[in-house]
Amino acid sequence: MRELAARSARPVAFPSAAEAAVTDEQTRTNVRLAQDTIRARRVAVAAELDDWEALRDAGAALRDRSLSRLRDLLPLLEDRVTRSGGVVHWARDAEEANEIVVRVARAAGAREVLKVKSLTTDEIGLNAALERAGLRPLETDLAELVCQLADERPSHLLVPAIHKNRTEIRDLFRERLGLEELTDEPRELAEAARAHLRAAFLRAKVAISGANAAVAETGTVCVVESEGNGRMCTTLADTLITVMGIEKVVAEWRDLEVLLQLLPRSATGERMNPYTSLWTGVREGDGPRAFHLVLLDAGRTRALADPVARPVLRCIRCSACINACPVYRQTGGHAYHTVYAGPIGAILEPQLAGPRGQPGSLPFASSLCGACADVCPVRIDIPGLLVHERGRVVRSERQGLEGASLRLLGRVFASRERYERAQRLARRLQRPAVREGRVRWFVGPLAGWGSSRELPAVPPQTFREWWADRDRA
Amino acid sequence: MRVALFVTCLADTLAPGVGRAAVTVLERLGLGVDFPREQTCCGQLHWNAGYADEATALAARFGEVFADAEVIVTPSGSCAGHVREHVPTLVPRVAHVAARTFELSQLLVERLGVEDVGSTYAGRLTYHPTCHSLRLLRVGDAPERLLRAVPGVELAELPEATECCGFGGMFSVKNAAVSSAMLAAKLDAIASSGADAVCACDASCLLHIGGGLERRGSPVRAVHLAEVLAG
Repeated sequence: MRELAARSARPVAFPSAAEAAVTDEQTRTNVRLAQDTIRARRVAVAAELDDWEALRDAGAALRDRSLSRLRDLLPLLEDRVTRSGGVVHWARDAEEANEIVVRVARAAGAREVLKVKSLTTDEIGLNAALERAGLRPLETDLAELVCQLADERPSHLLVPAIHKNRTEIRDLFRERLGLEELTDEPRELAEAARAHLRAAFLRAKVAISGANAAVAETGTVCVVESEGNGRMCTTLADTLITVMGIEKVVAEWRDLEVLLQLLPRSATGERMNPYTSLWTGVREGDGPRAFHLVLLDAGRTRALADPVARPVLRCIRCSACINACPVYRQTGGHAYHTVYAGPIGAILEPQLAGPRGQPGSLPFASSLCGACADVCPVRIDIPGLLVHERGRVVRSERQGLEGASLRLLGRVFASRERYERAQRLARRLQRPAVREGRVRWFVGPLAGWGSSRELPAVPPQTFREWWADRDRA
Repeated sequence: MRVALFVTCLADTLAPGVGRAAVTVLERLGLGVDFPREQTCCGQLHWNAGYADEATALAARFGEVFADAEVIVTPSGSCAGHVREHVPTLVPRVAHVAARTFELSQLLVERLGVEDVGSTYAGRLTYHPTCHSLRLLRVGDAPERLLRAVPGVELAELPEATECCGFGGMFSVKNAAVSSAMLAAKLDAIASSGADAVCACDASCLLHIGGGLERRGSPVRAVHLAEVLAG
């Protein structure tokens, strides 16, 4: 399966990728500035709503309700879309979804297909599949275009080129778009991209989008965006193909009232995103003549079957958790080597990848500080789910020295006598490594600690020894 | 009122001064302090690392050791958070013990309504709210209220105070590079606060922050809330 092949190509575990990433000062500065800006905006716009916390409750509840009714909602969505003139396809995995999209695009006579920014299509590796089939995908979101021109993976769910500053983008446009006179003025950069894309919009036969949600009761698909490129794609193309994870369906039209308040405020810190496109099938003389909705599983029913992990499917891809994350702040998104980076990626990727996924270093890429959970608009207990995923890793993979040490430590803590003996033993064993009350040799697992920190030695008297002395006195 | 001290395995073994300070503060307020000697570890380390079986056994053990205590107090936001928020799920039959467990500042301010504990201090302090005290246990501003009530404490604001220091238990070893980068950002913030000591209510985070300050050769000290209140 190509989906799994793509995932198992993950070249390095997070700790080593991160070790390199933390030395990239340019990226870290860019990420820090972007995080600071978006964080401040999110806090400000969330504070504007008196019922923000209630909205988060409602968001969590309506997503849970949808997830518990997928069996009914998805056929209802299919029925409504079909009745409105659309065609619904079901894809078990990435490979099936890519085949469907390629088949539809070819039948529509396209050589070039326009892309609305879509994580789901990144997840299934659609662009590569299109290229293999001789079709040219063109990303139309500015930052996605930057990543495509640079042949780089997006490093953030919502701000894909967060790792790049405008000087770097100017150089890229100069080289790839042949614009030698370009400056790094944001207006000029945007204008260059606009001119490049406008011609493509006007000749578009096929456009491909993801979906932020789909309403089962009406058969309406929803895409939110900021630049208008999505609106261009969903209205100008002859054929529109939407690839949507099955978990994105909501029951009722009014559910959008909650989601469309939560999403932009959590995502970009805006009260409302500039463009919200909603369409139901096709209409004579208005917009695309053909609409195809590809409903993608690719691990979602597996996640649904895990009662602890299931809430990960509430995610509305706002990336507030990523913007809040102090780990992401230091490494940027590329260190994760996944489509979904940051805290949400660390709990979503292992679920989507399933048992044949790569060894799990991602669930451990967190200090469990909880900043992510505090901002999640649908109240996913991200630290709790990270611990859950850690447990799955610990149970399924050999943990070597760490596993042996922790199991031994568990036995030590299980008995007061063993614990007190261990304290005394540590004091004796540390002697050769201790000077002036500090550990001086950092061997084995302690090497990482010693790289940036001193460590006090076990002192001559533990607390309990002091207490016992005092008790006797 | 008698309180049972849960000193935590880490403070017991590596930072006994924190435990001694907690005893001083509690006794000065007229509380009787017990130290159930059978105590070891609440299992937080194992739980966070993904070792649920060991964590469950230790949670049950915690419940048994402290079963008779009227009130349990611990100088750790992280351990109190684990005991209060996770232990009842792991071992429901000891939920009532977990509910009687308080972090030191939480016990003093919320439960006893005390802010002035009768201590004095001389110096400029900056307060780092540890993640689990802030977001798991939600102690709010209890530690700062206690600090403000200490004559001689000058509180300096810590920039980006709620940002994690990068300790995270096993995280500090398994992801040492990121942990160190997070620590560097925290140490820079501490330096820019102009304080001569950084205060927090977790000996574990302070071990990491203090170890980092020392490695840098910084004159700034890491002190536990209990140590300031015991002065």
